[in-house]
Amino acid sequence: MTIDSIKNGIVLDHIEAGKSMEIYKVLELSKLDCQIAIIKNATSKKAGHKDIIKIDSLIDINLDVLGYIDPGITVNIVKDGVIAEKRHLSLPETVTDVLKCKNPRCITSVEQELPHVFRLVDREKGIYRCVYCEHKPKAEA
Amino acid sequence: MKDLISITDLSIEELQELIDKAEDIIENPDKFCDKCKRKKLATLFFEPSTRTRLSFEAAMLELGGSVLGFSEASSSSASKGESVADTAQTISCYADIIAMRHPKEGAPLVAAKAANIPVINAGDGGHNHPTQTLTDLLTIFREKGRLNNLKIGFCGDLKFGRTVHSLIAAMSRYEGNSFVLISPEELRVPGYIKKDVLEKNGLPYKETDNWNDMPELDILYMTRVQRERFFNEADYLRLRDVFILTVDKLADAKDDLCIMHPLPRVNEIEHAVDSDKRACYFKQVLNGKYIRMALILKLLGIE
Repeated sequence: MTIDSIKNGIVLDHIEAGKSMEIYKVLELSKLDCQIAIIKNATSKKAGHKDIIKIDSLIDINLDVLGYIDPGITVNIVKDGVIAEKRHLSLPETVTDVLKCKNPRCITSVEQELPHVFRLVDREKGIYRCVYCEHKPKAEA
Repeated sequence: MKDLISITDLSIEELQELIDKAEDIIENPDKFCDKCKRKKLATLFFEPSTRTRLSFEAAMLELGGSVLGFSEASSSSASKGESVADTAQTISCYADIIAMRHPKEGAPLVAAKAANIPVINAGDGGHNHPTQTLTDLLTIFREKGRLNNLKIGFCGDLKFGRTVHSLIAAMSRYEGNSFVLISPEELRVPGYIKKDVLEKNGLPYKETDNWNDMPELDILYMTRVQRERFFNEADYLRLRDVFILTVDKLADAKDDLCIMHPLPRVNEIEHAVDSDKRACYFKQVLNGKYIRMALILKLLGIE
């Protein structure tokens, strides 16, 4: 399968196989007018399989969100057909309005305008907790 | 440090500084009687808690300051739909420091971010209640002269009792402490406290459903089984009566055992125990006022 290389844009590489659609949704890529290629289950030397997203435009990407969903992703910034910058992600210290706190006793459950902020409390295990009530996010969040 | 939201906001050094200040206040009350002259404490109690509110108010009055506030949400603008952040910002214009109790977890943190004056968490739902933990630490320090190398028994509702969870977390930061967790099986300490606090810090603990460890305890922390936690009245009544501290159970206990209870009690400590010199729970109440005085001074930056 051949997909054209991009001239100016972003390549999200080494996405854990199966996670590309989640990233497509969270980064709201459907709102873009440019060409976007989602490659699922590409062969990977490291992981066996991986997903790749190619975006044919230099957009601003929320790297914190991306790092939270999959810290293994490599972000390649392509300019004039060559990789101008390569960024390796890690779990961000905090994520804002990415996860929703589902604890009915949390202040965020009654004050709608408050941002939902989660802080990384265990980098090794990748555990986040709500800054207000310290509850862990639910899996589906 | 601007605010006190969680007991973990305080380092070991800051905790000791507060304890030392409280002891100074106890020994030299006259030195402190005008320290907060012209300062105002706002007690914002979105749910009633007479004991905690009066302790804060007594603390401020004893420092020569004055108090204002409300004692339930219905008498505040919250009943009109005002946000916690707006309330806190408004009160910042009137008072110098806020003590806030709220039924929702994290509300005092929201207030602290919005207010430009110090905010003290006076209890947010079942989440944090750091001034109760400070009270407990001051009591232990005054009775035992140290916060390390102690064997601490917790008895009663160890599942829902947030004072228990906070005190276990606080005492885990000191060397050589060990814990005996006495409760019916249904009311044991939650798994995350055992895993994330006790086991993570390598602290010895034992779960038991009897009083056999009494002779070895330095501290016995009793708690109330809370009726509001049960859906079934029969379960409540059954569990409430499992562990009742009576005079005869103290026969083999150490002479210098320190018996504590965050109060209010229902029936878990027999009244006859009150006259035992080892009963410290009413001293604990008094210590609560002194440590709050120390905290108010610290947050207002008054020496």
